[in-house]
Amino acid sequence: MRDVKVSLVGYGIVGHGVVEVLNRKKKLLRDMGLNLKLVSVTDHTGTVVSEGGIDAEKILGERTLQNVATTSMKGKEAILAIDSDLVVEVTPTNIVHGQPGLGHMEAALSSGKHVVTSNKGPLVVAYSRLEELARDNGVMLKFEATVGGTMPLISLVERTLVGNTFYGIRGIFNGTCNYILTRMAEEGIPYTHALSEAQDLGIAEADPSYDVEGVDTAGKVVILANSLFNMNIKYSDVDVTGITGVTPEALALAKKRGYVIKLIGDVPALTVRPTLVPIGSPIAVAGTLNSAAIYTDLSGTITVTGLGAGSIETASAILSDIISIYRTKRIDAIF
Amino acid sequence: MLIKNSTQALFPLNGTEDPGIMRNAMRLSMDLELQDIPGQLMLALQPLRDSKANIISVVHHRDRKTPRGMIPVRFVVEMDRSRLETVKKQLADSGISVVRAGEDRFIEAISVVLVGHILDSDLGDTVKRIDSTGFAEVMDLSLTMPGVDEPSSAYLRIRATGKAEIQKALTILREVGSEKKLLVIEPIEAEAV
Repeated sequence: MRDVKVSLVGYGIVGHGVVEVLNRKKKLLRDMGLNLKLVSVTDHTGTVVSEGGIDAEKILGERTLQNVATTSMKGKEAILAIDSDLVVEVTPTNIVHGQPGLGHMEAALSSGKHVVTSNKGPLVVAYSRLEELARDNGVMLKFEATVGGTMPLISLVERTLVGNTFYGIRGIFNGTCNYILTRMAEEGIPYTHALSEAQDLGIAEADPSYDVEGVDTAGKVVILANSLFNMNIKYSDVDVTGITGVTPEALALAKKRGYVIKLIGDVPALTVRPTLVPIGSPIAVAGTLNSAAIYTDLSGTITVTGLGAGSIETASAILSDIISIYRTKRIDAIF
Repeated sequence: MLIKNSTQALFPLNGTEDPGIMRNAMRLSMDLELQDIPGQLMLALQPLRDSKANIISVVHHRDRKTPRGMIPVRFVVEMDRSRLETVKKQLADSGISVVRAGEDRFIEAISVVLVGHILDSDLGDTVKRIDSTGFAEVMDLSLTMPGVDEPSSAYLRIRATGKAEIQKALTILREVGSEKKLLVIEPIEAEAV
C-alpha cells in the first residue's frame, strides 16, 4: 500500500467535488494499492489540517472553511508548512496574471510536491515555467481538468494516441456558449434570451463575459498549444471572437444549408470563432457538452465528447490525474 | 510533434455539399462586341440557345464603347465543352466578333454566414470585392433583416477556381468583415492545417 498525502487548495465548487470523490473512491483506490489521505484543505478563510486524514463528512456541509478551520494559514504559507506529497490546486482562474493559483503551484512544485489542477490561469500565463519547475524538482504537473472538464483530451493525446503525429485539435471547449447557441438554434430566440435562460439554470455566470467573449475557450487553446504542440504561445497570440454577435437568423440561415454554428477553438490555427459546422459532424454536439476532434496521421480523426464542467465531473478528471502519477510506467523504467 | 504545411489537408468534416452545385460543369466567359443597332443582343443569344448553354450572367457595357463604336458584352455561361467551336462559328457568321472565349472552372464552393449591418455597409460592394477577383464569385445570397436597427444576417455561397482561391476569397471577406464590422462565420472544413 502506498500512502499519499494530498493537500487541497481551493474550496469552491470543484474543491467540494474533489473532497467528495476522494471520499467516495477510497475503497477503489485502496484496491489499487493507493491510500490517498487528504491531510489539508485550504481556502481564503483558512485551513483544516489533519495528519490522519480529514473526515469528508465534517467539511462537505460547509460552504467555506470559516467555521471548521484549524489554522489561519492560507495559500503559499499553508502549502509550504504542511507535509504533503501532492497539491490539488482548484482556486478560481485568472487568465491575466494567473494568481493566486500561480503562486500556489510554484510553491508546491519547488518544494517537491506534485501538482494536479483544474485552474487554467497559471498554465495560460506560465506553462513553460511551471513545466520546467516540475522537471527540475522531479515532480509532475497534471492538468487534464483544465480543458474539456471530464472529457479526456490531454491524456488521450499524451498517452493513448502516443506515436501519432498530431496535425491539430478543434473543438467546443465551453459548455456555456454551446448551451446558448444550441438554445438559440432550437427556439429561434435572441442571444440575450438564451443567456438569461442559461443564467437562471446556473449554466452561465452573472457576469458571463469570460465565457461568451471566448476568453475561456482561448485559454484552453493556449494550454493545448503549449502542452501538446510545444508552441510556446501567449494568450494574446490567439485570435478571439465570442458568440455575442451571433443572431438567431444566422443560425436559421446556416441550418437551412445543413450547418450549425458553434464556438470552435482551433490549434494550431490559434483561433476562437463562431464557425459553421456540418449538422451530423461528430463535434457538433448540443447543450452543455464539449467536444474535440484530434487530427492524427496514423489514427485519422479521433473525436471525444463529454461534460465540460460540473463539480463531480471535474473532480473525476483530477482523480484520474492523481492516479496516473502513481501508476506511471516509464519506458526507461522497464529495464 | 506538430507538422506545419502538411500536404495532407484536413477536410474530415465534409459531407454537406449543396446538391445544386455542378462541380465539373464547363463554365465559360465570352467577351463579344456588338454593333450599336437594335436586335444585336438577340442575335448573340441565338447560338447559345441552340447549344443549350445555361446563361449565368450577361453584362452589357454600353458605357464602354470601343473606338469602332462597338458595344462590349460579357456572357458567362455553363455549357458542353464540345459545343464551343460551333457557337463561336455561328456568332462569327452573324457578324458578331468574339474577342475572347475562355473556360472558367469554378470547382470549389463554400458557405459563409455574415452578421452585422450588411445592407448599410454596402452589400453590393461586399459582393463586388469577391466577384472582381476573377477567380471567385458570390453565387447565392440570402439576407434576413429582423428590424431597422438590428443586425441582419446573410448566407453567402462563394465559388472559386480552386482551394487556394477559396482561401484567398475568404481572406478578402475577413478583411471586408473587419473593415465593415461584420461577423464572418466561416465553415470548419474550409480551413486546412
